[in-house]
Amino acid sequence: MAVLLDEKTKLIVQGITGHQGQFHTEKMLEYGTKVVAGVTPGKGGEQVHGVSVYDSCFEAVDATGASASILFVPAPYAKDAAIEAIEAGVELLVMITERIPFHDCLDIVPYARAKGCRVIGPNCPGIVSAGKAKAGIMPNHIFRPGDVGVISRSGTLTYEIVNAITNAGFGETTCIGIGGDPVIGTSMPEALELLAKDKQTKRIVVVGEIGGTTEEETAKRARRIRKPIYAYVAGRTAPPGKRMGHAGAIISKGMGTAESKIKAFEAAGVPVAAFPTEIAALLRGN
Amino acid sequence: MKFYEYKAHEIFRKYGIPVPRGILATRPEEIVDPPLPCVVKAQVLIGGRGKAGGIKFAKTLEEAREAARRILGMTIGPYKVRQVYAQEMLDIARELYFSITIDRSARAPLLIASAAGGMEIESVPEGSIFRIHVPPLVGLQPYILRALSKALALPKEVASQVSDIARKAFALFEGEDAELVEINPLAVLKDGRVVAGDAKLIVDDNAEYRHPEYADLPQDRTPLEEEAHDKGITFIQLDGDIGVIANGAGLTMATLDVLNLKGGRGGAFLDLGGTDDPEKVKQAFEILLKAKPSVILLNIFGGITKADTVALGVKQALEAMRVNVPVVARIKGVNEDRAREILKGIGYPADTMEEAAELAVKVQAGGR
Repeated sequence: MAVLLDEKTKLIVQGITGHQGQFHTEKMLEYGTKVVAGVTPGKGGEQVHGVSVYDSCFEAVDATGASASILFVPAPYAKDAAIEAIEAGVELLVMITERIPFHDCLDIVPYARAKGCRVIGPNCPGIVSAGKAKAGIMPNHIFRPGDVGVISRSGTLTYEIVNAITNAGFGETTCIGIGGDPVIGTSMPEALELLAKDKQTKRIVVVGEIGGTTEEETAKRARRIRKPIYAYVAGRTAPPGKRMGHAGAIISKGMGTAESKIKAFEAAGVPVAAFPTEIAALLRGN
Repeated sequence: MKFYEYKAHEIFRKYGIPVPRGILATRPEEIVDPPLPCVVKAQVLIGGRGKAGGIKFAKTLEEAREAARRILGMTIGPYKVRQVYAQEMLDIARELYFSITIDRSARAPLLIASAAGGMEIESVPEGSIFRIHVPPLVGLQPYILRALSKALALPKEVASQVSDIARKAFALFEGEDAELVEINPLAVLKDGRVVAGDAKLIVDDNAEYRHPEYADLPQDRTPLEEEAHDKGITFIQLDGDIGVIANGAGLTMATLDVLNLKGGRGGAFLDLGGTDDPEKVKQAFEILLKAKPSVILLNIFGGITKADTVALGVKQALEAMRVNVPVVARIKGVNEDRAREILKGIGYPADTMEEAAELAVKVQAGGR
């Protein structure tokens, strides 16, 4: 079992003819993902790595019965593309695009919710159900099927940690990159609930970072979950007031510090790794 | 994006929110016919101006010019004061607080108000702060304004003015892609008018493309940070001397953390993001070299970013700038073998992030 995505999920790629879209479509296909169609307005009829391209999500969904979409569309066009996918009836929308104005997400996320569509991201590395399918941009080779569920606000740091988990002899169920923006489709506590309910997931690794209060809320939720949970928090040495790359990663007015998050996790009985690869040692200790 | 006070006032005015009258001046002589009495304020992007002597009161034109003379050229924090704003003194009867920001957990705009204004909202007791979410998709509804007026126990004539300002402030919040719209104090004057005594505005950096009119406004950045920003590169200057270059915000932060753990100090932080253009990598690396780090710690885990592209950019930048800064390189992910090949002979290779951080500290200490 896996959450959100498996080998049967029919996926469409929005922005498939772009540089990133082409590259990652190939990698997703290599991973065994059922990429059934691509969408780029004006490019209908073309092929990308053997995948048929359509002019709209409606045409792509009608032709293939796809239930999920991954979005590589540039930020200024992302809201249009997201709403189109939701209207076309996809149940899962993975938004890879970074630098989308959060006011656009204040429209996309509640709208998706009202329409029964789950959004992951934006500004995220996507989802991998290890050994089954990938709707994302994470390197294929770092995953191995296993029983560890992974949730992360970060992109590349997720690869680092998954790599450490796999190298230590463990494997993953589903890895969910929730994204680093202030407004995201699926929050860390929500992702935690998903993995908590998944029978195959025996333990959960949570990768947080400074900014906001989502780790504190996750820690609160963790108290009620019986599976062992481990955490890492990036940004212990980040200076206050400086935005650390992610739009969400800023310590302002004393809120969102690494100390507060680490304290919250520890108080909830969630061990916190001092550095990324220490996650593997924590898993071994259990 | 942050805004100078006068600029924020200008934008508030555009939305019909009453703000005090004022004159902007870069030289004392530019102050002619100021609203008197007035308060002359340094225009800088950080707080604490008052304590630094950047705010002075004036009753006459001569006093206003004298105040400007003393404030202009003053240094506040890292900034030299280049502009002052001579603003009308308000005859205030009562100070309220009002702001709109974003509640990430609720994924909705959050309206905050208090009858105790004029001071930092953090120092207002929790019980006297009114908070209400604005439902996204539908926006500010009248029930929110009724609840606001009731919570602050505003008299009728004040309530109608505050409601009007709240509506306009929400229009501004949406129209300008704001992260924060703050009015503190929201001043009730002795003559009964309600005026935004001070106006603070922060606009989402990601929405810059929708607001080209703000692109050239000065920001809270060092000259190198500014140069990086213009090229679309995330670069932050810190006070250590090991330059850190990584891809992705989380990994960059984690790299700095591990470096600290190993006894090193990050001097600059460069997030390559998801680029796979060697020219952009080269530009980024050149900016980092301008910060004169003694060692560069490169930590790449490629997903969107291809490892060999980064390696190529690094090699080109080092060759183009003819510098001899030792580079500790740890490159993982897509095409990592090719990356290793490209960097052969240039840097110190490392296999893990911890190893790379340790090596960088050693190389910096001269131990290699």
